[in-house]
Amino acid sequence: MSAAAIAGAARAQNGGLRRFASQEALLALAVIGLAVVVGFINPRFLATRNLSDLLLGNAYIAIAAIGMSMVIISGNIDISVGALIGVLATISGSLAVAGAPILVSWLVPLVLGVAVMAAQGAVVAYLRIPAIVVTLGMLSILKGGLISVTGGKWITDLPQNFHLADLSFLNVPMPVVIMVLATALAAVWMRYSASGRAIYATGGNAEAARLCGVNPQRTVVMVFALHGFFAGIATLVYATQLRVIQSTTPPGLELTVITASVVGGVSILGGVGTVVGSTLAAILIAEITSALVFINVSPYWTDALRGGLILATVIADILRRQRRAARGWSK
Amino acid sequence: MSLAAEAPARAIPWWLKRHETLLAIILVIALAGLGAANERFLTVDNLLNQGRLMTEIGLIALPMTFVIITGGIDLSVGAVVGLCAIMLGYSWKNFGFPLPVAIVFALAVGGVAGFVNGLVITRIKVPPLIMTIATLALYRGLAEGISQAHSVRGYPEWFYVLGQGDLFGVPTQLIVLMILMLVAGVALDRTIFGRTLYAIGANETAARFSALSVDRVKLVVYTLSGLASGLAAIVLVSRVTTTRMDMGMGYELDVIAAVVLGGTSIFGGSGTIWGTAIGLAMIQLLKNGLALTGVKGDATIVVIGVALILSVLIASSLQRRRD
Repeated sequence: MSAAAIAGAARAQNGGLRRFASQEALLALAVIGLAVVVGFINPRFLATRNLSDLLLGNAYIAIAAIGMSMVIISGNIDISVGALIGVLATISGSLAVAGAPILVSWLVPLVLGVAVMAAQGAVVAYLRIPAIVVTLGMLSILKGGLISVTGGKWITDLPQNFHLADLSFLNVPMPVVIMVLATALAAVWMRYSASGRAIYATGGNAEAARLCGVNPQRTVVMVFALHGFFAGIATLVYATQLRVIQSTTPPGLELTVITASVVGGVSILGGVGTVVGSTLAAILIAEITSALVFINVSPYWTDALRGGLILATVIADILRRQRRAARGWSK
Repeated sequence: MSLAAEAPARAIPWWLKRHETLLAIILVIALAGLGAANERFLTVDNLLNQGRLMTEIGLIALPMTFVIITGGIDLSVGAVVGLCAIMLGYSWKNFGFPLPVAIVFALAVGGVAGFVNGLVITRIKVPPLIMTIATLALYRGLAEGISQAHSVRGYPEWFYVLGQGDLFGVPTQLIVLMILMLVAGVALDRTIFGRTLYAIGANETAARFSALSVDRVKLVVYTLSGLASGLAAIVLVSRVTTTRMDMGMGYELDVIAAVVLGGTSIFGGSGTIWGTAIGLAMIQLLKNGLALTGVKGDATIVVIGVALILSVLIASSLQRRRD
């Protein structure tokens, strides 16, 4: 791919970059503001124990949202990721219980995640089938396959050294370390590398990207493969936290992940967004869910709130784009 | 050379090459095969019972055919079923509405849910896929929040006629489905409304320049989708005698699979209600056939998922060859 194409893509993004910063600043502000307000109503919310549980328990959503953000930025969607994480967690746990080396039980989910998602990406990119059809089909294949193979049996007696999430690095729990590291690496890679910029170019305008020397098809396959990789890492963080792995797919997980990406500022029209935003949004959503309990709102309202949040962000994003487009035309 | 190659193709009558005809032939073969494999399958009782079971999906598949023909999609249908079922039970039990009023209220909620989808899609131009993913979360969340996971049961006896009763020996809801299917089929084939759907799906910009009321038609189509989901919810509650917040979960898969299997292009612009009817029968047949051979319910959704992907794959590769 030519250097000029990359420079062009980077320039095209430059105007929007200030807005990314503001979207992320806004989210960070919301995370802190919400903590202050809820802490004021119920000081127990700010207990270190609660805040660290909140981060630990939701790090995997932030990690999965990194890959989802890439998929959405490239102009696609994936609703199979929740089911995939459920399947990979079961496979990983079963391997560990069956006595496979721990490293194998950690690595297999990564490999399988990449394989399943890359295959979906190839069908989307080369056979031109809409991502929603492919991933809706895959969702049911994974979900139905998991229950019919395992019969819904739970995995217990996991070996002690399986629990990667229990480790910590410099007193920071491993899930948080992985979340921060994955977000930082993905953010830098997407911002500065040629293949990272190619994701934005493909999502912004696939035809223009092609003319600039980007191969949109290969980019889409790469994006899905990476999404599978992050789903694998999310699985590790998720599964190694559990003492019992239920062989079912976590209900509504794909919606939580998509919400984190969209609320994090990833435009559903493709071409715009950052993973720093999606990680902050994942934390914000977890915080909101936890806050509901502390201000005595029934947890059954969580899903409605999440739905309202995604709807409001999507509408705001589109209105903002239209206003900017209108300004652009009038010049 | 090319003439010689075309000659045999021309010898095949046009109606035989139609997607619906091919599907119908496959359907008959599948019916015969399943009948030969299991004597319980080809009985009037079993077939009528399958008709009863497929009605909820069928009711939603009719407007979904319209939606997909316009090039859109509605993923929120399952959530609307859940919301309407809850609103039926909740308004009857907690608001003290008489049941007929509660039924109308639940239908209205479905209509409003669909109208909101259509309004945001046409006015704010949010892509249908994203809009209905968002409302999938929102409507299901509302069903959970309003019901607080309480189920409602103990409906009066007359209410069960719709979901469990028979009319002239045929399940009541199947007759409702047949009538609505006929209406939808004729509307699609023979009315300006129906032809507008094809025009929008084939080329929306051209449809606008042809002075067709694109936005209004789309708004109607998404509202119909919500209304049909509401009706499906009522039939479902009547059939299973209870209201739960997780009702209709995963319906979007069955509905979209039936429509796409029936030959409606996922890219919009083509498709028929008759195709959807056959697609619907095939999905139900698949479920029943697998169940009779001892496959559990969870494995059937694997098969439906595969069928969905394969039918789109085959349809689009045929399309490319024709082009």
